[in-house]
Amino acid sequence: MKKVTLAAMSAIMISSAVPAAAELVFPLLSYRTGAYAPNGIPIADGFTDYLTLINERDGGIGGEKIKILECETAYNTEKGVECYESTKGEGSLVYWPLSTGITYQLIPKVTADNIPLHTMGYGRTSAANGKIFSHVFNFPGTYWDAASIITKHMMDVEGGSLKGKKIALVHHNSAYGKEPIRTFEVLAEKHGFEFITLPVDHPGQEQKSTWLQVRKEKPDFVTMWGWGVMNQVAIKEAASIRFPMDRFIGVWWSSNEGDVLPAGDKASGYKAIALHNTGTDFEIYKDLDKHVISKGLAAGAGDHVGEVLYNRGFMQAALLVEAARNAQKIHGTSNITPAMMRDGMESLKIDQARWAEMGLANYAPDINVTCENHGGPGIGFIQQWDYGTKKWNIVSDFIAADRSVVDPLIVADSAAYAAENNISERCN
Amino acid sequence: MIYREAGQFKVSYQEDQETFPIRFDKVAFWLSIFIVAAVIPFFVNDYWEKSVFLPFFIYSIAAIGLNILTGYCGQVSLGTGGFMAVGAYTSYKLMTSFPGLDMFIVIVGSGLMTAAVGMLFGIPSLRIKGFYLAVATLAAQFFLVWLFNKWEWTYNYSATGQITAPQRDFLGIVVTGAYSKPWATYLFCFAFLFVFAWLARNLVRGHIGRSWMAIRDMDIAAEIIGVNPLKAKLSAFAISSFYIGIAGGLYFSVWLGAAEPTEAFSIDKSFDVLFMIIIGGLGSMIGSIIGAAFIVLLPVFFKTTLVGILGWPTDIAEFSQIILIGSLIIFFLIKEPHGIAALWRTLKEKLRLWPFPY
Repeated sequence: MKKVTLAAMSAIMISSAVPAAAELVFPLLSYRTGAYAPNGIPIADGFTDYLTLINERDGGIGGEKIKILECETAYNTEKGVECYESTKGEGSLVYWPLSTGITYQLIPKVTADNIPLHTMGYGRTSAANGKIFSHVFNFPGTYWDAASIITKHMMDVEGGSLKGKKIALVHHNSAYGKEPIRTFEVLAEKHGFEFITLPVDHPGQEQKSTWLQVRKEKPDFVTMWGWGVMNQVAIKEAASIRFPMDRFIGVWWSSNEGDVLPAGDKASGYKAIALHNTGTDFEIYKDLDKHVISKGLAAGAGDHVGEVLYNRGFMQAALLVEAARNAQKIHGTSNITPAMMRDGMESLKIDQARWAEMGLANYAPDINVTCENHGGPGIGFIQQWDYGTKKWNIVSDFIAADRSVVDPLIVADSAAYAAENNISERCN
Repeated sequence: MIYREAGQFKVSYQEDQETFPIRFDKVAFWLSIFIVAAVIPFFVNDYWEKSVFLPFFIYSIAAIGLNILTGYCGQVSLGTGGFMAVGAYTSYKLMTSFPGLDMFIVIVGSGLMTAAVGMLFGIPSLRIKGFYLAVATLAAQFFLVWLFNKWEWTYNYSATGQITAPQRDFLGIVVTGAYSKPWATYLFCFAFLFVFAWLARNLVRGHIGRSWMAIRDMDIAAEIIGVNPLKAKLSAFAISSFYIGIAGGLYFSVWLGAAEPTEAFSIDKSFDVLFMIIIGGLGSMIGSIIGAAFIVLLPVFFKTTLVGILGWPTDIAEFSQIILIGSLIIFFLIKEPHGIAALWRTLKEKLRLWPFPY
């Protein structure tokens, strides 16, 4: 029987692929192919380069070398599950799937398998409630924080009030893009603006009708939850209907160089919320040059260094490395397990002094994770694209999300999840 | 040598009508069923369950379903993804609305609901044929996915439209959710495949199946010899959708545990299942299963080989995998346009005569 021999063959192959452990294993569920690859590649490269740097410069974390297990998901949930199952048995310390869809699949699984899941600024927002979600972390910010921060910035632009204004959300028609809708609805009620949604179906190559609607509805602001090719198409379309770019604000996943460059100088003025700083003006990039790039060890083609999403991958790796260090400190062993890693993440604290020590001064806000709060500070700033200098300029201070709006929503949604799955509160 | 019927005499009509007329086939079949049902469950782990067996079983059920409609009754359908979504969302609604309900009933309920929806979309098949019907079922695909994305009741008003399967059991054994044991979900899905493949195999040999094939081969002639096209076509749609609904229910609740309509049930799903039956063999049970294995297992196999053994970069491995599978599809379709099942059949014919073919 054909299938049995096939199964037997791959059985042998998998068993021979298992390495002798004693390293710190960081799985990397990346997507370098498919409609989302333009965004998946830089972030995977940034993540890999940071860990290579730690290996090359410091000899790993606490003397333990890091091993990266890369697995291609193509942003597809079935492949994501396959990747998770094939890597979890190899001592994988923490997962970050970079896909809200895969996150939803993994939340119950990681909890059962006792492996932490870090969805940095994506995934299920209500996982910020550590009382319910023991193994899921989404610091330093959530979509609902982002929605609130963007709204605050719009208020600043309008001089303090959004009453009677109209705000449109152009979103990827998936769990990811729908996530902020509820928050915007609450905010609309609170601040008295009108809120409309314009969904864009996967993969988002065709948006003529969406932007026709924008022309018809004439919103005062457009905000976008886009990913992959959808981003560049939206920015091009906005430019072609001459929508004022400084009133078009993307979430932090719609802010890569590759998203704005195709629209040329018409994209100048486009704004996006940022989780962290951009560019290569940080101490650590000198080390990166010395230990990784000049040695030819850079991941991928090595042409994304300093891009927004490259830096995001960098930050992702930095946070996880710090969490691993923290776990090593708590448990007094350098060879940590996923369960120890979870403890390390739950008590992770990074202040500006520590960021500077890491060579990333002024890179990101303070991180302070507690048992109750897995969502982090929930602050971000607004950056604006300038085609002339090919740079993102920071145009606002750190803006904090409106906790009085976001927190009740998190409590309500996580309570619903707890009720559905019979979870009792922790941290009491 | 061993594969021949010499000396095996059939003395009753029943024996003559058997699915496996040659003893060797019968023994091999039951032996493999024994291994799959009673040996593998002792060894199966999370990886094999979630990445190999569950997708294989579930897509086999879907492929059998589509083969009933397309392979046996000749009605091309591109609505498989949408019908799987109906099964998935029905099982979600049943699981959350009636928490105590047994998973068996939930899955069969999903199948029945999908059968009803499938019949509704099958009505146009009485008037339109061939490619035009394919376009009509394509409308079903897009409409159903849109519906489950739009109609908040179907996903219990969750903020994201994502549905997540709660923990449920079958006769006290947990089969959904993260705490289900690999052997439990494995056997649960296998039981569905075995029972319903058995049923389908016997359906197509009987009165209904013959009326489907009559319609497929020439519908006007079939009508003249007394086959009621309304009954034949709608029953094919109903039964086919029933299978696809079961596959959709298992796909969401047992295998993935979470789904969103646009990604999990997109048009790609419809094409995948259609390719399974074209490559495996239209109008063949074993073809559905071989086709599912081809489309589901080969990517995993290539990935493990290229990345795990040869250590290729993941993106190059992914592209090569797509190229390899595409070339294999072309190769098999050139070698045998009627699918791998036909190749298998020819092989068996040759074996019977070996070593003295004429």
